[in-house]
Amino acid sequence: MASGIRDKVAILGMGCSKFGERWDAEPFDLMVEAFAECIEDAGIEKDEIQAAWLSTAIDSVNVGPSGVPLAVALRLPFIPVTRVENFCASGTEAFRGAVYAVASGACDIALALGCEKLKDTGYGGLPQRTRGVTNSMYWPNLSAPGVFAQLAAGYRGAYGVDRDELKRAMAQVSVKSHANGAKNPKAHLQRPVTMDKVLGAPIVAEPIGLFDCCGVSDGAAAAIVCTPELAKSLGKQDLVSVKALQLSVSNGSEAGHNSWDGSHIKTTRIAAKKAYEEAGIRNPREEISMTEVHDCFSITELITMEDLGLSQEGAAVKDVLDGVFDADGEVPCQIDGGLKCFGHPIGASGLRMLYEMYTQLLGRADERQLADPRIGLTHNLGGFPHMNVSSVSIVGRYEGA
Amino acid sequence: MSKTGITAVGGYIPRLRMQRAKIVEANAWANSALKGYAKGERSMCNWDEDSVTMAVEAARDCLGNGPRDAVTAVHLASTTLPFADRQNAGIVAEALNLPENLSTLDITSSQRAGTSGLINALNAAANSPVLFAAAEHRRSQNGTPQELLAGDGAAALLVGTDDPIATFLGGHTVSIDFVDHYRGQHHEFDYDWEERWIRDEGYMKIVPEAVGALFAKVDKEVTDVDRFIIPAALRGVPAMLAKRLGIKDEAVCDVLQGICGDTGAAHAVVLLAKALEEATPGETILVAGFGQGCDALLFETTDKITSRRPGRGINGSLAVRAVEENYNKFQSFNQTVDKDFGKRGEVDKQTALSTLYRNRKMLTGFIGGKCTKCGTVQFPKSRYCVNPNCGALDTQEDHAMADTPGKVNTYTADSLTFSLDPPAYFGMVQFDGGGRLMVDFTDVDRDSFDIGVPVRMQFRVREYDDERGFRKYFWKAVQTASSGAEA
Repeated sequence: MASGIRDKVAILGMGCSKFGERWDAEPFDLMVEAFAECIEDAGIEKDEIQAAWLSTAIDSVNVGPSGVPLAVALRLPFIPVTRVENFCASGTEAFRGAVYAVASGACDIALALGCEKLKDTGYGGLPQRTRGVTNSMYWPNLSAPGVFAQLAAGYRGAYGVDRDELKRAMAQVSVKSHANGAKNPKAHLQRPVTMDKVLGAPIVAEPIGLFDCCGVSDGAAAAIVCTPELAKSLGKQDLVSVKALQLSVSNGSEAGHNSWDGSHIKTTRIAAKKAYEEAGIRNPREEISMTEVHDCFSITELITMEDLGLSQEGAAVKDVLDGVFDADGEVPCQIDGGLKCFGHPIGASGLRMLYEMYTQLLGRADERQLADPRIGLTHNLGGFPHMNVSSVSIVGRYEGA
Repeated sequence: MSKTGITAVGGYIPRLRMQRAKIVEANAWANSALKGYAKGERSMCNWDEDSVTMAVEAARDCLGNGPRDAVTAVHLASTTLPFADRQNAGIVAEALNLPENLSTLDITSSQRAGTSGLINALNAAANSPVLFAAAEHRRSQNGTPQELLAGDGAAALLVGTDDPIATFLGGHTVSIDFVDHYRGQHHEFDYDWEERWIRDEGYMKIVPEAVGALFAKVDKEVTDVDRFIIPAALRGVPAMLAKRLGIKDEAVCDVLQGICGDTGAAHAVVLLAKALEEATPGETILVAGFGQGCDALLFETTDKITSRRPGRGINGSLAVRAVEENYNKFQSFNQTVDKDFGKRGEVDKQTALSTLYRNRKMLTGFIGGKCTKCGTVQFPKSRYCVNPNCGALDTQEDHAMADTPGKVNTYTADSLTFSLDPPAYFGMVQFDGGGRLMVDFTDVDRDSFDIGVPVRMQFRVREYDDERGFRKYFWKAVQTASSGAEA
């Protein structure tokens, strides 16, 4: 019987590059920037790392395939480096690889680094991606906002929510994240926005407007992990440990079977349930101190509150408008500014979210520091509402011996 | 021996109607004579329509819900076939899920292709039924009268011996190399000669020769003709011909110049389809097709005609219209202007032909699967059943879904993604009786589109690979109210 990952692995160090339109930086520069902070925080030498995972998602720009780019960028000492890609959960997948390697005892210290260079396409938004030879013959030319906009229609259909009310709640999601991002020097977008500005922005994919979309940025983030015992022996006092790592991948039933109504994300619900069990969480709204969820679009964050059990089904609109997820609310969400303000360099995002949780749990978040956070949850959702990859990770203060 | 004739009829005219005044407004500075053509509207293909897709729609209308395995041949007439070397009638047959034991044939190279093809089909149908379709998507050079006179459209006729709605009394063809216009190889557009010469030396001399020869062969007189179809866009020509031939004035059929335009090689068939939608039993219909000679065909309607009207037909199509006033959009859809649609459109659009062949039933025929264990309908057909409570392996049978109506479950109008007519509408469609698909919407009526709207599927161009001259076809969902078809 599997015993789960809870408290078996601790984070020894983390790093995160400045996110943004990094016209100045090659992907290698971003990797080095995140790694330099990470290894200094970890307090180890590079040759103590025994295995590494690199997450990147888009081949057409960025660094190309394989683990080689990371090994070359960091001049790693010929250790195993594995490149992972799993849509927007790629960064979390790199972390999962490193954590599982340590938990298995296969290595003492492992590195996870995610990096994405999106801003070399010549146009705004995510780069066009290949979708498979057969898929491209019949799938619509769906853009990311276009597919996630489907959620708004599905949610409207399921709960009979008024279009304008839903649009206002979506806007509040973005207003809240911008307020948080304004306090984060590493964020891409650091300016607060008003409700009127969000509501008045041009429509990208109905009903998603420009300010309902996360930014598009370059960035990298990294984590070095080891066992709690090893971390303590290396002199670390306050530890952040992994409580749960869960992933759920659609099997095509949402896309092909009429049992799904399009108002929620099936995978997130499954991953969340498993993660809560793994972490021993019974009442998420009370026990989780803060979340970093996949706010690729405001509507995604809104319905994710329900999928994670932080709002009752059909209640997210009200909870969002009531400020439950604001910085001073019951369960702050995107305290670092989220994808909204960091942008979404796909391979890096999962690790960037964990970086904020780690920073908050260690009390290092300066101006945006929350009072006494104990448990942080991160969530990624990649692909399309009807066919996707969803990850839920929970980290918290290590309370073992 | 039973008589050969037309046993069913169908039609399709695109929903978009370009307002001629807008074409004139843009071009009259260069040619003030165009002002004489500013009245009315012409039908116009959406960006994702061509002669093949229109032929498929007309053929579906013609075949209705009847059995399709009786069809033994598909003949397609057009001078605007999307492929010069890939049989276009074969695409139509595949889209209609007709059996593989079938002969297919493209008929082209003349405005007479529609009527010559029909005579040929009628002769062939004495042995076994032929589905005959004619379609035209005409591109014209900016600022020419042809741009104003032409229209896009298609019609389909099932011809055979099984209780015709109109029996074929006879046909005659004269072939004369009269070049009123031509379109040479490697040239995009038609080159025309003077209209007065075409009228006087062409129509007025060649058509009477063919019609006269026809009536010498059949047991009818020209005075018996109740409907006279001659698809001449030149003003007054049909009436002048009727007078010359001794056909009664009221028999002259309107050529739909005001509301549709001249659909080229398809137009005689389009007008015949329309006539058959309206005719009563016992009418005599004369059809003449002009182009390097003339075909003349004579039909007599039977008492079956009133009980076998098409679901939509030409009249049903004409009734569903969306006014288009943007001349630049018309040019763009017809690729007569080189327009930028952004860098997202620059991705490689190569089609893997081996993949297309392997998946042809799914992609061209819109065949899904139905699980024999749990009954779940699914698209695409898959090895393991998609029903979470079933999941059985290799239990699915082919399940044709093109004619299954559906409803919009979710949708968006996407202004970011590449589209030749942004915003791109796409979303989840749930089919009545099971199955769903994330699919493109086309011919969207922005004012009435919403979740819950009923849709039906239509065969359309999904993507053009301009670099390689290929186009991908797939099925899209159209609001039932915009499709003109019966719900």
